[in-house]
Amino acid sequence: MTSQNITARKSGFFHDLGTVALRALRLTARDPEAIGPALIIPLFFLVVNIGSLQSFVEGRFPTGFDFKAFQLPVAVVFAVTGVSRAGSLVTDIQDGYLDRLLLTPVRRATLLLGLMVADFTVVCIMTIPVVLLGLVLGITYETGILGMMLFVLIGGLWGLAFTGFPYAIALKTGNPTAVNNAFLLFFPFAFLTTAYVPKQALTGWLSTIATYNPTTYLLDALRSLISGGWNITLLAKGFCAIAIIGGVSFSMAFAALRGRVSRNS
Amino acid sequence: MQLVSGQSAWAIEATNLVRRFGENYAVNGIDLRVSPGEIYGFLGPNGAGKSTTVRMLTTLLAPTSGDALIMGHSIVTKPDTVRFHIGVALQDAALDPKQTGRELLDMQGRLYGLNSLERKTRVEELLQLVDIDSAIDDRISTYSGGMKRRLDLAAALVHQPQVLFLDEPTTGLDPVSRAKVWKEVRHLNEDLGMTIFLTTQYLEEADELAHRVGIIAKGSLAVEGTPTELKKAIGSDVVVARIPTTETSRAAQIVNNISGVQSVEVQDDEVIISIGNGARGISPIAVALSDANVPVLEITLRTPTLDDVFLHATGNRLQERNEAKVAQ
Repeated sequence: MTSQNITARKSGFFHDLGTVALRALRLTARDPEAIGPALIIPLFFLVVNIGSLQSFVEGRFPTGFDFKAFQLPVAVVFAVTGVSRAGSLVTDIQDGYLDRLLLTPVRRATLLLGLMVADFTVVCIMTIPVVLLGLVLGITYETGILGMMLFVLIGGLWGLAFTGFPYAIALKTGNPTAVNNAFLLFFPFAFLTTAYVPKQALTGWLSTIATYNPTTYLLDALRSLISGGWNITLLAKGFCAIAIIGGVSFSMAFAALRGRVSRNS
Repeated sequence: MQLVSGQSAWAIEATNLVRRFGENYAVNGIDLRVSPGEIYGFLGPNGAGKSTTVRMLTTLLAPTSGDALIMGHSIVTKPDTVRFHIGVALQDAALDPKQTGRELLDMQGRLYGLNSLERKTRVEELLQLVDIDSAIDDRISTYSGGMKRRLDLAAALVHQPQVLFLDEPTTGLDPVSRAKVWKEVRHLNEDLGMTIFLTTQYLEEADELAHRVGIIAKGSLAVEGTPTELKKAIGSDVVVARIPTTETSRAAQIVNNISGVQSVEVQDDEVIISIGNGARGISPIAVALSDANVPVLEITLRTPTLDDVFLHATGNRLQERNEAKVAQ
C-alpha cells in the first residue's frame, strides 16, 4: 500500500471512545503503583475488620447476623471508590499531550468518556479479588452466580459514578496535589454510613447522615444480593444512589471538560 | 475584510487576527498570507505573540476578533474541518512518556480515522523520518530531547496534512539534532509540497529555511518579505563600530554625515551603520571617528543579517536576547 491515498477522515463516536479507552487501559497496566494500594487496602480492611469486630458485632444482633457478609460490600466500596485516571489526565495537561489530542478531530466528550470506560473496566476487575476473598472466607450468595455477577457490576457502576469527582478536579485545576486530595471526598461517603454496623445501631446525627448518604443504599443493595435474596426495592434504591452520585459527578466533570477544552479560555 | 470559508487561494490567510488576555493584547491585528507550498518563517523573541498566533491558527485558541482561513476553512466557524488539514508540532514536544513511539503514532493515526493497514503503512514510513530505529518500541520516557522532537514531528505528519505548523521546532536542540530537523523540513516542503508555518527565535533558522519571513514584535507584524528582500531593504552592507557607550551618540552623529551612509542605529555599545558599499565606506568611517577622537574598540564590515532587519524593524536585537537566554 502506498501512502498517497491516505488522508484524515472523521471516525465514529465509538471508534474515538475505543481509542481513548484503549490507551487508558494500556497505561493502567503500566501503572501498577496506582492500582496496587487500591486493591490491597480493601482486602486488608476486610480481613482486619472481620478479625477484630466479628464477635463483638454479631453478639449484639439476632442470631444469624453474618458480619462477614455485612463487611464484604464495604470492602468493595473501598476498592472501587476514587479509582480513576485523573492523575494521568493531569499529567497529560501538564505535558501538553492533551493539546496534541485537541489538535486532532477527536470528539471532545470521548476524551473523558474513554477514560471512564477504562475506569469502569478496571474497577470491575478490582472487585473480583474482593469477591474471591469473600468466597474463601465462606461468604455465599443467596442470589447465586447471577447475584454475584450483579454484585460485581454494581461495584463497578459505583466506582464509575464516583470517577466524575476526581476528573472534575483534574480538569478544573490541572493540579496533581488537588487530585490526590480528592480522596478526602471518599471519607464521608464511606464512613458516615452503615459501614460497620446496621442502621438501627446508629444513633443521633450519624443515623441522620447515613439516611441521606447514597452509600447506605448502595451497601443495602449489595448486602441484599449476599444475604437477602432478590430484593427489587433494595436493588432499585441502590441503582438510584449510583444514578444520583453519577449524575452529580458527571455533570461536574463534563462542565470542567467544557471549560478545559474551551477555545476562549 | 470578511473572510469567507472555502474561498481562498492561500494555504493560510489571516485577517486582523487579535487575541486579548484580559487587558493585554498578545496578538494585535495580524494579517498573513502564506502560499501553498511555501515555508513561512515567523520570527520574534519570547513573548512577541508567536505561539499565541500558532495556537489560534491551529484551532486551540479562538481569536478575540479577526479570522483566518486554513486551506480555505475558517478557524472561527470551521475549526473541526481545519483540523483535518493541519499537522502541528508545538513548542514543547507534546508526547505521552508512558507509551512507546509506535503506540503513539498508531494512536495518532486512529484519531485521524486511518484504518489498520493505513496506520501500519504510515508508521513504517515515519520510522525513517524519526530515525530512532528499534527505540520506536521503547517507552518515550527513555528518548533523548532530539528523539522526542523528531517523534513529535512524525506524530504531526501521520495523516499527511497539507499545512504543517512548527512552533519553535529546534529550541533546546543540539546542532546535530537541529540539522536533522532542518533537513526534514526541507524534504517535507520540497518533495511533498507541504506548506510550512515555522515559528522560531533563531535567525539562522529563518534565514536557512524560510521562503518568506514575518517579524513579529509586541503582538504585531513589524515587517514581512523574503530574507533577501528584507536584508536589501536596510542597505547593502553593514559596518559595526564598537565604541564605549558614553561616545556612541556622538559617533552616530559623525558617521551620519559621511557620504553613502544610509542609516545609523545605536544598540548598547555598537554603532550600526548601513552603507551602500561597505568596502569603500569603512575607511572614511574609521578616519572620521579617529579624527573626532572617538575611541573605536572594534570595527567590522559584514553583509546585513536578519538580526539587522529585526533591529531596524523593532529597535531591538533578537540575537542578544537569545544569547542572554542561553547564558542564563
